[in-house]
Amino acid sequence: MPDLELLTGGEAVAHAMRQVDPDVVPVYPITPQTPIIQGFAKFVADGKAHGELIDVESEHSAMSAAIGSALAGARTMTATSSQGLALMAEVVYIAAAMRAPIVMALGNRALSGPINIHCDHSDSMLIRDSGVVQLFVENAQEAYDMTVLAPRLAEHPDVLLPVLVCQDGFTITHSAEPVELLADAAVRRFVGEYEVPHALLDLERPATQGPFAMPDYYFELRRAQVAALEAALRAFKDVSVELTRLTGRPLTSVERYRLADAETVVVAMGSTAGTLKEGVDALREDGEQVGLLRVVSFRPFPRVAVARALSIARTVVVLDRADSPGGAPPLFAEVASALYGSGTELRGHVFGLGGRELHPEDLREIVSREAPTYVGLRSDPCPA
Amino acid sequence: MSRLKTIVRDQHGVQPLAGGHSLCQGCGIPVVVRTVLGSLHKPAVVVNATGCLEVATTRFPTTAWNVPWLHVAFENAAAVASGVESAQRVLRRRNGLPQEADVAVVVFAGDGGTYDIGLQALSGALERGHRLLYVCYDNEAYMNTGVQRSGATPYGASTTTSPAGLDSFGKAQQRKDMTAIAVAHGVPYAAQACSAFWFDLARKAERGAAADGPAFLNVLSDCPVGWGHDPRVGPRVLASAVETRFWPLYEIVDGEYRLTYQPRKRVPIEDWLTGQKRFAHLRQPQVAVIQRQVDADWEKLLARCAD
Repeated sequence: MPDLELLTGGEAVAHAMRQVDPDVVPVYPITPQTPIIQGFAKFVADGKAHGELIDVESEHSAMSAAIGSALAGARTMTATSSQGLALMAEVVYIAAAMRAPIVMALGNRALSGPINIHCDHSDSMLIRDSGVVQLFVENAQEAYDMTVLAPRLAEHPDVLLPVLVCQDGFTITHSAEPVELLADAAVRRFVGEYEVPHALLDLERPATQGPFAMPDYYFELRRAQVAALEAALRAFKDVSVELTRLTGRPLTSVERYRLADAETVVVAMGSTAGTLKEGVDALREDGEQVGLLRVVSFRPFPRVAVARALSIARTVVVLDRADSPGGAPPLFAEVASALYGSGTELRGHVFGLGGRELHPEDLREIVSREAPTYVGLRSDPCPA
Repeated sequence: MSRLKTIVRDQHGVQPLAGGHSLCQGCGIPVVVRTVLGSLHKPAVVVNATGCLEVATTRFPTTAWNVPWLHVAFENAAAVASGVESAQRVLRRRNGLPQEADVAVVVFAGDGGTYDIGLQALSGALERGHRLLYVCYDNEAYMNTGVQRSGATPYGASTTTSPAGLDSFGKAQQRKDMTAIAVAHGVPYAAQACSAFWFDLARKAERGAAADGPAFLNVLSDCPVGWGHDPRVGPRVLASAVETRFWPLYEIVDGEYRLTYQPRKRVPIEDWLTGQKRFAHLRQPQVAVIQRQVDADWEKLLARCAD
């Protein structure tokens, strides 16, 4: 029996950060990620982590300082949520373009307005095309495992990109679950030494980083960045296999749950997958051939793995926890693209905006086509 | 000029900022950069805000920089430098870097990137006490985008977003006192300098780099395009800013103000205003306002120096 500790997702991620022991951690508070940076700050204060905490004055500066330290030659981690990510969005794009291997915990939270502190994935979707890796975890254990894995993926020589460990606000960050931690030494060995190809502080080889690129070079530089993000899929596989040897827990870009003979497959991301697995089990007991495909890696999107996993399904139902006003919801659009030409019936629902709950029994209505497009939405917005 | 050359080269004769860049003829910025980097007595890492200097020196795949150089965006140079400085400190502590390697982290940003859009990041960095030498090359407007008004643009100056016209005499507000704002953070060293006063600037850069904490240099730097003067007379225009007391040269060491240059006699403000197209439309009432403001600021500065 492994040693289990009762930890919230936020505490588990703080432990992972303590064990990775990054050199520089610029932080700025925002609910619901704050438990992560508070937990880590206490580890630093107690001498259990040895890096430098920078209490910056905004999320924009958190990501800016992170770029400075990561490119200077220091392993760098940070965390944010929602409006914090929106404020730093400008620099998230630049972090990816400058190939800064920063690891960031993202406590997913709805974007304003109205202001709300609970979970949906609209913050992630705001930076969908920034070029960063986005990995959506299901629970506290996976948030821990993925935070241990993330530096290796970010710093992989074929990748060199920011990696976001996306964890549902409150549902994961604040809910206590039994979590198994690796030994400190095992994590240190797994992550190894930090290395970037052109450390700014390497005075022997002065490098110019972040130059001005005009139409004669910009296109090529952007294309190289796209290739790096595509390479992250393979790198993720390699690194996760290595980590699984230590943990015994698989981490894959997609998770297939009871798919083998599923006629209807539901596709979703994040902690909702836990709820949906219960819903699938209940429907299976009633003889319904239902399965779940959980997308873990939203960026890069594993379109081949998704297409293959859905190839035997007759109907695919995509559940998005973010909307795209005036267009197709983001996960739906990806799945539709992956299934293009297959003839599979495809439906989509939006659920859970601003922390609205989804219940296992909602799945029954979704599968039986009784659910409206917006699951859980009241017809009267302001009941008397 | 031969003495200036000795300032701007390191012991190997290498200029940190090489020629061949595309800054305009007569631009004060390269003078600021070379004078500052040539006066540090230690290796430098440069963090640059978006602006003329960045655009004109790093057109990919070329670079004019012989020292490590980093640019991320417009408003965040002080935050980026905070990360670089922290990395340096922690890597030395954790033995990634040799103990003796002391590197100056030098920021170059224009007045837009300092007074306006970069003020928050700068304030945070100054408050946190990072060991940075922050150099604002202040040419009193957004020159890179075509001479728009900034918080550093002086009263009465015509810019493309505060143009003089039938109903306007140009910028209607006074500039902000950015040096005093930096000083209010309790930094160990701050100074106001001018790109035409090389040795004064060199001394200030030297002292700023040696300070045990953040150092802020506010350096008036001419822009022939935005100011509308003949590039050949740039140093003379800048000298008139100092001689008329429009831009006094002083430093603040641990809160103590000290004049570093005392103009010999009172020179009327017209000396500074004439010869620059941006002030050509001004009439006597506005000139009188400017003179009164300059006199009041000068008295305030002398009082601070006397304290």
